[in-house]
Amino acid sequence: MGYDHHFEQLKNIVRAYLPEDVPEGAIGEDSNFVNELNINSANLVDIVLDVEDAFGIRLENEDMDNMQTVRDALNIVAQKLQDKK
Amino acid sequence: MNRRVVVTGLGICAPNGVGLPSFFDSMLHGRSGIKFYQELADLGFGCQIAGQPEIPESLKESYFTSLQLRNLRASGIVYGVMAGTDAWKDAGLEKAEKDRPDWDSGIIFGTGILGIDKLRESIYLIDDKNTRRLGSNSVMQTMASGISAYLGGILGCGNQVTTNSSACATGTEAVIMGMERIRAGKAERILVGSCSDSGPYIWGGFDAMRILPSKYNGNPQQASRPMSANASGFVPGSGAGAMVLESLGSALERGAKIYAEVLGGATNSGGQRGLGTMTAPNSEAVQRCIQEALVDAGVEKWEVDVINGHLTATSKDAEEIRNWSEALGRSGKDFPYINTTKGLVGHCLAAAGSIECVATLLQYREGLVFGNQNCSDLHPEIMNLVDASKIPLKSIAHRPKIIAKASFGFGDVNACVIFNEYKEI
Repeated sequence: MGYDHHFEQLKNIVRAYLPEDVPEGAIGEDSNFVNELNINSANLVDIVLDVEDAFGIRLENEDMDNMQTVRDALNIVAQKLQDKK
Repeated sequence: MNRRVVVTGLGICAPNGVGLPSFFDSMLHGRSGIKFYQELADLGFGCQIAGQPEIPESLKESYFTSLQLRNLRASGIVYGVMAGTDAWKDAGLEKAEKDRPDWDSGIIFGTGILGIDKLRESIYLIDDKNTRRLGSNSVMQTMASGISAYLGGILGCGNQVTTNSSACATGTEAVIMGMERIRAGKAERILVGSCSDSGPYIWGGFDAMRILPSKYNGNPQQASRPMSANASGFVPGSGAGAMVLESLGSALERGAKIYAEVLGGATNSGGQRGLGTMTAPNSEAVQRCIQEALVDAGVEKWEVDVINGHLTATSKDAEEIRNWSEALGRSGKDFPYINTTKGLVGHCLAAAGSIECVATLLQYREGLVFGNQNCSDLHPEIMNLVDASKIPLKSIAHRPKIIAKASFGFGDVNACVIFNEYKEI
């Protein structure tokens, strides 16, 4: 399960939290969740929970603080999965 | 000089009808929304029947975004948003544009307790030391003002956005509060109404107080019997009603249709003094409330044409009729027409006042007075006060003029609003 696959999984999660006027295609690796995708900051909490469920990991408060962009999230996921091994 | 206030939009999510056409049809033909619920039987409730709006999942999608529907477990918010959005649309109003709220429009939408199923789910997670799994939406679904907050965001209202709460008087109180704000020139339009959640966690406390009927589980539609000699308790209900109140100036400028005028109203409390208690009304306060509403509306006692009572189907119904009779100084054939909506929907608690106001206002549109259900066996004390011809058992053709609508709630609180047919003056 590589980076690209993780990106697709994450995209599927994030899609549900996009405001109605932001198309799914706007989700890129460099997208900032709040500033670019206009995701309500309260919903970041829900994205974190969905990510935990999807990848079988647990994200701490500092992980959430560091999760500004899609790439940040993918890096954190990769690191957590690595730590689990 | 007070500004005139009119009703320009209605919305309804009632046990016997979701949306105005369905609700009107049920009210006209005396179709009940009260059913047996296996869930209540399984939980060992004495009263296993209730009135609950039936909402297909697909219908919710036209009111909520898919994101809003995720983990939405507050039935009161579903009912309130549907009724509120419908009322706005019925008034011919648009949602505010993306970047600018409508500063002249507000929301006063009441409830008793909101999102109780969400609250239960949250409590289980917290007790399981799993607070972090609550996610972001437990607060907004369980705060009382969740309903006005959801509606405020959907419609983009920039005036006062708040939630009132006065038990079973909540919905009628909201109408009076909205009227006062528009009268005072502080808003042009207020969406008023109220909602109440469904389910055993809302209704259980009343079952425990043994004020719900337990002998009608096999024939639910006969259970809610306001004014009947055999009234044996109120049938619990849920739902929401909503009205757009508007300054007459704004309504005329928009060319909006006008259902009726809100002439005045009053709220008070019996202070739980005299015979008034937490759960029983002080009759002196009830009569004062009715009379103060008439004074506020500038209406004489003889002018009241139709009453929509609180009349829940308990032993207090006869006392309520006596209060109306004494407050208005009228009885027998001189008594106004009186009806109650609860025979068909049960007692929708915090939503009762607004659902019943919507029913009351539809009578103006249709030129009729809705019939009463399950009271062909009138209570003898009521028969002594009111001629039976004034308590129609079927809907009758009659163009209502002044209608008085009252609601009374736990805490010994009262609300009475006075509507009038709209007349250009």
